[in-house]
Amino acid sequence: MDHVEQVRLLERFSNKSTSGTLHLTATHLIFVESNNTATTILHHHIASVEKLSLTTSGCPLVIQCRNFRVVHFVVQRERDCHDIYSSLLRLLRPVSYDELYAFSYNPKQNEQQREEGWQLIDLGAEFERMGVPCDRWQLTDVNRDYKICETYPRDLYVPITASKPIIVGSSKFRSKGRFPVLTYFYQEKKAAVCRCSQPLSGFSARCLEDESMLQAISKANHNSRFVYVMDTRPKLNAMANRAAGKGYENEDNYSNIRFQFVGIENIHVMRTSLQKLLEVVGSRFLSVNDYLLGLESCGWLRHVKAVVDAAIFLTKAVTVEGASVLVHCSDGWDRTAQVCSLGALLMDPYYRTIKGFMVLIEKDWISFGHKFADRCDQLDGDPKEVSPVFTQFLECVWQLTEQFPQAFEFSEWLLLQIHEHVHSCQYGNFLANNQRRREELQLGDRTHSLWAFLLREQQNYLNPAYCPTYADTHPVLEPSTLPCHFKFWRNMYHQFDRSMHPRQSVLKNVLTLKESNCQLEDTIKDLETVNFSTVFLIEEEEEVGEEVTECCSDTERTVEGSSGTERKESYSDLQGTYGAKAEPAVVSLEFGVARMTC
Amino acid sequence: MFLCSHFILTQPVTFLVKHQQRCQEMEFAELIKTPRVDGVVLRRPFLPTVEGTLCLTGHHLILSSRQDNTEELWLLHANIDAIEKRFVGSLGTIIVKCKDLRVIQLDIPGMEECLNIASSIEVLSTLDSVSLMYPFFYRPMFQVIEDGWKSFLPEDAFKDLESMTEEWRLSDVNKDYSVCSSYPPLVAVPKDVDDDTLRKAAAFRHGGRFPVLSYYHKKNGMVMMRSGQPLTGTNGRRCKEDEKLINATLRAGKRGYIIDTRTVSVAQQAKARGGGFESEANYPQWRRIHKAIERSSILQESLIKLVEACNDQSHSMDRWLSKLEASNWQTHVKEILTTACLAAQCIDREGASVLVHGTEGTDSTLQVTSLAQIILDPACRTIQGFQALVEREWLQAGHPFQQRCSQSAYSNSKPRCEAPVFLLFLDCVWQILRQFPCSFQFSQHFLVLLFEHTYASQFGTFMGNSASERSKLNLSQKTVSLWSWVNRPQEVERLSNPLYEANCLVIWPSVAPQSLLLWEGVFLRWKRSSRCLDEAYDEMVHIIQYNNKELQNKVNNLRRQLAQLETEEPLLQTP
Repeated sequence: MDHVEQVRLLERFSNKSTSGTLHLTATHLIFVESNNTATTILHHHIASVEKLSLTTSGCPLVIQCRNFRVVHFVVQRERDCHDIYSSLLRLLRPVSYDELYAFSYNPKQNEQQREEGWQLIDLGAEFERMGVPCDRWQLTDVNRDYKICETYPRDLYVPITASKPIIVGSSKFRSKGRFPVLTYFYQEKKAAVCRCSQPLSGFSARCLEDESMLQAISKANHNSRFVYVMDTRPKLNAMANRAAGKGYENEDNYSNIRFQFVGIENIHVMRTSLQKLLEVVGSRFLSVNDYLLGLESCGWLRHVKAVVDAAIFLTKAVTVEGASVLVHCSDGWDRTAQVCSLGALLMDPYYRTIKGFMVLIEKDWISFGHKFADRCDQLDGDPKEVSPVFTQFLECVWQLTEQFPQAFEFSEWLLLQIHEHVHSCQYGNFLANNQRRREELQLGDRTHSLWAFLLREQQNYLNPAYCPTYADTHPVLEPSTLPCHFKFWRNMYHQFDRSMHPRQSVLKNVLTLKESNCQLEDTIKDLETVNFSTVFLIEEEEEVGEEVTECCSDTERTVEGSSGTERKESYSDLQGTYGAKAEPAVVSLEFGVARMTC
Repeated sequence: MFLCSHFILTQPVTFLVKHQQRCQEMEFAELIKTPRVDGVVLRRPFLPTVEGTLCLTGHHLILSSRQDNTEELWLLHANIDAIEKRFVGSLGTIIVKCKDLRVIQLDIPGMEECLNIASSIEVLSTLDSVSLMYPFFYRPMFQVIEDGWKSFLPEDAFKDLESMTEEWRLSDVNKDYSVCSSYPPLVAVPKDVDDDTLRKAAAFRHGGRFPVLSYYHKKNGMVMMRSGQPLTGTNGRRCKEDEKLINATLRAGKRGYIIDTRTVSVAQQAKARGGGFESEANYPQWRRIHKAIERSSILQESLIKLVEACNDQSHSMDRWLSKLEASNWQTHVKEILTTACLAAQCIDREGASVLVHGTEGTDSTLQVTSLAQIILDPACRTIQGFQALVEREWLQAGHPFQQRCSQSAYSNSKPRCEAPVFLLFLDCVWQILRQFPCSFQFSQHFLVLLFEHTYASQFGTFMGNSASERSKLNLSQKTVSLWSWVNRPQEVERLSNPLYEANCLVIWPSVAPQSLLLWEGVFLRWKRSSRCLDEAYDEMVHIIQYNNKELQNKVNNLRRQLAQLETEEPLLQTP
């Protein structure tokens, strides 16, 4: 079966529908309306397919996507519906990496371009930028063959005084061998942000090497007599872990540490929380009170604030007190990644640029082994391992961009696009759970890099209000932590529900104007040269003139995505000027039919 | 960010003395026990602490450090909503809570001085006598180019209508305010209905507010009317003249919609008090739709709760969300917007005329009619057009501004008639502005400015409760109009939206809860410096203006030069 005709696509928040033909390809589900507009959904994006009970108008099929798109089809014949349903079920549960789109995706690039794409981001260079190696921190080769810790990258940075036996001993005392290593170095105060997993302390166990390791971290910073140990879990969870032979650092055993819980909930709580949030905002005829009560009871914004609060704590310790901080949670790849990367974003303006943000994700998430494959459900796996930890990180960044509109080089479209591709499995970057596995899969040879694609398209992701000099006056961001400054991220969770968005976009308009400014500046330069050299090139002037008008009228900004035209359409809808099409948009369902009472 | 009122910042310190002298000649003198105290410390949001001299005049609380580099505080007493006193030893502290929701703190050395100042402020900020209000004493420090009192005359507005239709006439049946005390002297009514019918219909409507024209939709000739509730009472009284009046607005064979802003049950209850609604039997050509916009007393409570939630220092997300929910403010915004959309939809989509009323017809009715016009009529989205709308649908239409805005969210005294009806309207406009950021000629600054001036102002525009009261006070002679200030070029520029591009279409806002935002510009304005947001905004303005003015001009100039050279050149080139 390749296509089904006379399928209706119901609009999510109104009573409208469009009819068209549903096509199923090896990688995509495509719905083509009678006017030829197409909705394209990548199979990897589909989180669940549900066949509802038969109605008079046909058989409903509800598809929920990982990018929060929800589509509701009504297929006329039940047989067809069942066929689509079972085909989708088969297609959306790949069991091996080879089945993923990244291995078949071919963006018409030559081999050289592809390789260059993978070389764009160099973490060695990034540590050099931070000033490492230096007289206190060095590169260690203990994990060259992934022998000490298979979920860490090969290249790790440790205090100069941390000898190999200390490292090995410490790694044995930490969950999954994830011993304390450097992730960010705050050069100004020589303070380090280190990360690891929980110690295997149980109720009383101790490890001298691990204690020496922390001592070495502390000694590497002359600004502070102690090092903060931030356990990002709620205290209760950490204590419960002791029964399983894990736990947290006992302050009595470690000299010069200050231990602190910051209370971010675990992946299961986050998963349920987002599910609840989506249920709330997905209901039709939602009242303001139910919306706000739902926001409260799902806890999502509370969790987002907890992550930001933790990052602020980290930032203050490092930048104000000049103390080094060791961050961990249980395994040190979820909450730890969130807090370390968000803290670095607050401390270092470089990470607020487009390139820097990519480096940050590459470092704290990809290389340090955030389990993208498990968390994003890339292969058919344990549903309990799935959790929106990375989505939550992106949301925290978005909350910051809202508070500091001039501080970030990128707009929220970059965040949305990254989120899109973390789930699309179209590029190799986020496949698998760690670097070691990625090397085995030879992703560098067999797939393309998302970063290269995003950088090529970067003018689409620019924040027009970005002020590069803002970093000079505000090197460290100090966000408000008042709850009223945290907002619901409509463009993420309702990205595809067009009727909910502003009908005209300031962002898009200003970006276009800014671009046109550059072109006008060029025109002026050209015209000036022409004028100076007097008349003789009249035709050229005319050419330039045409060029300008063309650029000015080029208001359609498209962001290419995994799913072709529909993607473009949805972006241009959100970003586009609505001058001409403001009218037919939906107001609300409530008076779709004006209710009469008499 | 604006501080106090605008003129205030431009006044020189020396003015203070003169001002005081003048005040002392007047009744205020005895109210001011201690006119000045030295060594007072002022703390206010986002500005450095200032130590200086505190002066009380008849209308202002002034704090000046008498140094050039610090900003003086000029606070209208009328802007003060409530004060609190605290004492630590002989140091007194007065917390001043303003109607624009700002909270400032004054540390005053000396218990007696502090008590005197506090009691003077209390008295001066709650003066009942209208004639003592500041607008009567204020002399503009700017040149009035266009007198705002004459900018929006009903006759002028009617001329526009006349050019579109001949079905309406301007009636002066209310010229001495005897038919309806809250209506202006001139109202637009159907041409075929004589004044006598109007008088009889007025007797059948709450407050004498017989149905009058609010808006004429040029596209299809449909109209929106507004009125007070019909006085049907429990025994279902009817009034032929009223029926005739509103039926006269229908085209042959057409039906209209009556939008009652109250729920069915509230409307039913109104019958017991002599009010009611139009029954199907007596108004067969009309379909009635009930909506649920709350009464004004409930709105005031909602505002108080909202502001309390916004000022909560707790860092708990749950607490914030539950307080925000409990305030119900966003629910009111949604309900009002929904009703306005419904009215607009009836007119534009259904091609039907609409009559809107609630109980009195001076609150929720006006919210709906004015917002529907913002949605339908592009003219209302310009700076001038919006002023005309406020003038027409709020001031002339008899919204009791003085009663509604005499207290704001901090006041301890029990609210009587206070209600943020107009503020809710502004909030709704802001929501639409957020959704159509390029379709309005003005920015949110204009809305914030109107909010401030409805609660405390040097201008007479929002004084009084109706056209008749304003004319009795002779405001147009004795006070300056806010529009005179607003319509000066520099102010127009400040209030303009740089992204504006005229959009002639109807703009339908989304009223989904996810699309409605808390209006930070008013409610969180004093919580966090808006400096980074303002700077980002300025940067955008710069990008736009740089494009529109500088670069385009430069290109045009160069083109022109080139064209000139072109015409000269042939002479040189031809040998």
